[in-house]
Amino acid sequence: MKFINDNILSIVVFLPLAGAILLAFFPRRDRDIRYFALAVSLLTLLASLHLPWYFVRGQSGFQFEADSQWISRPNIHYHLGIDGISLWLVVLTTFLMPLCVLISWKSIGDRVKEFFILMLILETAMIGVFVALDLFLFYFFWEATLIPMALIIGMYGHGRKIYAAVKFFLYTMIASVFMLAAIIWLYARTGSFDFVTIQNAIQNGQVAGFGQAALWLFLGFFVAFAVKVPLFPVHTWLPDAHVEAPTAGSVLLAGVLLKMGTYGLLRFNLGLFPEEARRNAPWIIALAIIGIIYGALVAMIQPNIKRLIAYTSVSHLGFVVLGIFSFTQLGVDGAVYQMLSHGVSTGALFMLLGMIYDRRHTYEITEYGGLATPMPVFATFFVFIMLSSVGLPLLNGFIGEFLVLSGAFQAKQLYGILAATGVIWSACYLLWMYQRVFYGNVTVPANNSLRDLDARERVSLWPLVIAALVMGVAPTLWLHSIDPAVSAALKQFSAITQAAAPATMHATQVISQVIGR
Amino acid sequence: MIPAIDYIRILPELVLSVFGIIVMMIDPLIPEQGSKKPLGMIAIVGILAGLAATACQTGFYGNAFYNTIRVDTFSVFFHVVVLLIALVVSLTSLEYLEVQRIRSGEYYALVLFATVGMMLMSSAVELVLIFIALEISSISTYILAGMRRRAAESAEASLKYFLLGSFATAFFLYGVALVFGATGTTNVYGIARYLQTQSSLLVYLAVGLMFVGLGFKVASAPFHVWTPDVYEGSPAPVVAFMSTGPKAAAFAVLLRVLFATGAPGWFWMVWVSAALSMTLGNIGALVQQNVKRLLAYSSIAHAGYLLVAFAAARQVGISAAIFYAASYAAMNVGAFAVISHFASTGEKYVTLDDYAGLGRRSPMLAAILTIFLLSLIGIPVTGGFFAKFYVFSAALQSHLVGLTIIGVINSAIAAYYYLRVIVYMYMRDERGEISVARIPAGLGIGLAISLIATIYLGVLPGRVLDYAMQSAQDLMK
Repeated sequence: MKFINDNILSIVVFLPLAGAILLAFFPRRDRDIRYFALAVSLLTLLASLHLPWYFVRGQSGFQFEADSQWISRPNIHYHLGIDGISLWLVVLTTFLMPLCVLISWKSIGDRVKEFFILMLILETAMIGVFVALDLFLFYFFWEATLIPMALIIGMYGHGRKIYAAVKFFLYTMIASVFMLAAIIWLYARTGSFDFVTIQNAIQNGQVAGFGQAALWLFLGFFVAFAVKVPLFPVHTWLPDAHVEAPTAGSVLLAGVLLKMGTYGLLRFNLGLFPEEARRNAPWIIALAIIGIIYGALVAMIQPNIKRLIAYTSVSHLGFVVLGIFSFTQLGVDGAVYQMLSHGVSTGALFMLLGMIYDRRHTYEITEYGGLATPMPVFATFFVFIMLSSVGLPLLNGFIGEFLVLSGAFQAKQLYGILAATGVIWSACYLLWMYQRVFYGNVTVPANNSLRDLDARERVSLWPLVIAALVMGVAPTLWLHSIDPAVSAALKQFSAITQAAAPATMHATQVISQVIGR
Repeated sequence: MIPAIDYIRILPELVLSVFGIIVMMIDPLIPEQGSKKPLGMIAIVGILAGLAATACQTGFYGNAFYNTIRVDTFSVFFHVVVLLIALVVSLTSLEYLEVQRIRSGEYYALVLFATVGMMLMSSAVELVLIFIALEISSISTYILAGMRRRAAESAEASLKYFLLGSFATAFFLYGVALVFGATGTTNVYGIARYLQTQSSLLVYLAVGLMFVGLGFKVASAPFHVWTPDVYEGSPAPVVAFMSTGPKAAAFAVLLRVLFATGAPGWFWMVWVSAALSMTLGNIGALVQQNVKRLLAYSSIAHAGYLLVAFAAARQVGISAAIFYAASYAAMNVGAFAVISHFASTGEKYVTLDDYAGLGRRSPMLAAILTIFLLSLIGIPVTGGFFAKFYVFSAALQSHLVGLTIIGVINSAIAAYYYLRVIVYMYMRDERGEISVARIPAGLGIGLAISLIATIYLGVLPGRVLDYAMQSAQDLMK
């Protein structure tokens, strides 16, 4: 057991990569390749379930740690570990992956082998980002997500795919150079890339020249993460990348890659530079609120469904950033929860869009209308997921938004009021879109003969539907492990900033009161 | 009387020379229209023997031939790098020469002789001997550049390279003469002893002149103008050779001349040259349509990154430079090996448009080329990343903030044009059916060597870096 606990993270990280390498030597029989990729991703999911199963709840700090020296000069460690925040992001990644394989079963018919190799490499890199505790290792995985994703968009996308892929690549690449510069600066002053070591050094004031550099370091990390989230002025790569990407690419992009940005903000910007985070919070929150409202308004007028859903991500991720920078227990708890629930519901929305695209090869709203008549099952799934995204109570989206808004009200009433309008907007644009696409008479004759979802498609949707429901009904399952990690992150924080938030208000209690348990 | 041990200290050079002569002697025995592959095999055996001889040298560090040769970890490191380059190039050439119908047996002999020159450059500590070694390697490469006799651009490349190259070596020779005039010796460590106590204005001029000569060899701006034309015209495996081998060797000489002698007054020269090379190389590469020209400009830029490490000086800088030279050699030789396979008959398929859809036609080679290009960008898991990382952190440790910023901005620009090649290969549809031949065994082995080296340097750079540190220490002794 000890062996497994010590190595489980390495196994989860590198299992997909091993699968990818094996896949490279497969003969080009597409069927076998698909089944193999599915098997590898299911195996990874299975292995990753070890983490929540044996995770010691109610305990802050990192668990399942593995730490050994990788390179002596510079002093880089292979240091992995998870706390309550990253635990569920890892599981979210491994959970979405088999579904992505299923959804690509038929829609990827060309260069199948390369596609699944890229997907598996991407999975390794994404999990690596969430479990790396060495800043260098983190950067390493961070950059490693870039290439497979850009290739997936560029090779398997549609429309202006090259433009979208290159834009995605350059945006992220250039932004992360600033993060690398900040990481190297920290290394030069502390002699370590280790997150915990650097954090302690900063807290104890052992880093020479930190005072003058802190703002620049904060911004270095912030730029890289803000592009990824994406925050308001640097979000322009997202609609392009989402719309042109193949379905599985969009699911992973929305479901996991965006969370890497918010995870980074929470882990590094708050963890390492609390003072600067507090000082810069007002304008960051302003950007987040602009993102919430602007994203929603732009989504409303989109004639293209996929672009519409893409803009909802800008809006929903705005909630996450707002929650993080509210520095309240509730807000940050809600932000983490919102990350997970956005991964589930937006991932599912993109999968549903992929299914309709496979049939009609268009995302234009005007091409549809009255779809509920030929495709009742599809329409049912869609309305369920859509409501979870809108934030209907008892579904997952509600919990996250509710907690974030409570936190925002605690921090400053104005934040809460402005952000709360976002909830209304999201109901507007999603319901209106649903009405135009599904209700009424079938306006385009080609839609009359559409076949409903088949077994494979239903199988790939059920897990998400169940997850959305369970996350909405029993959020404490998740919050039990998220809460201590967040309060640990905020404790070292409030000691410095004397945040006015009542530390006793824990999300679990609030949720219990609301649900009445 | 020269002691026997001295011969061990030039054993690799001796071995390769002997094999070169053997190749020349067997060449006439093969019929005019026959395949010259056996000669290539002999050359490869010779290079492997050279590697073995280099391994033997590790037990015999020290000076030889009246202190003109010095075998230390530094020279051994560059011997291995140069020999591996020659090995991959020979392996690639086996097939290339057949396809291109180049039936000159002396090709392999010239590769061996050029390698002898480069190895000698890294172990010579006598400026006159360095000059001779430089000439051995240069003259062989001049001829190699013109190997595609029937193609006008190959002849042009050869002539351009020859004329400008001789001009540049003359500068180097002037520099040597001036050093001798100023210090009364041409031994690198003798000069170092002299400069410890005295100084002379002549030395400044001499260092400048030598830098011009070597700057030409490494294709650093502003002495880079020949590079794109020569690379475009020369046969692809030869470009693989001359964009890495002579460069690595010339950097070795530059390290000796600048650091071991403790010569003064070169800092701003190197600074300006580094900044210019990076900027001009990358901006030039942005607009290229021909892949060989694109990589030519990129090699100028890489010379610039390497010079940043020179400017950083001190031990970290030197070891970063050594590491960079090795990983640059690995990835660039690999990239050109792939390109020489794609080039096909008469070097037809050389523009970016020809690369469209290669990911579909030849997935294996396209994937390999992608890895080399990612390494040239400096993406983690590849040698190129740590090479850049060490260089820039050395520069930061030496407080060269300006140069680091220029370098980092350049790396970002560079990502764009390398990416363009990848975009063409994977995301554009092909224009016409251009068949790509199967990967022959020789090329396969050559690619495997450079691929393993590139990945190894990217995943476990520790040992090579330690060795580079050791070399840097030995160099300064």
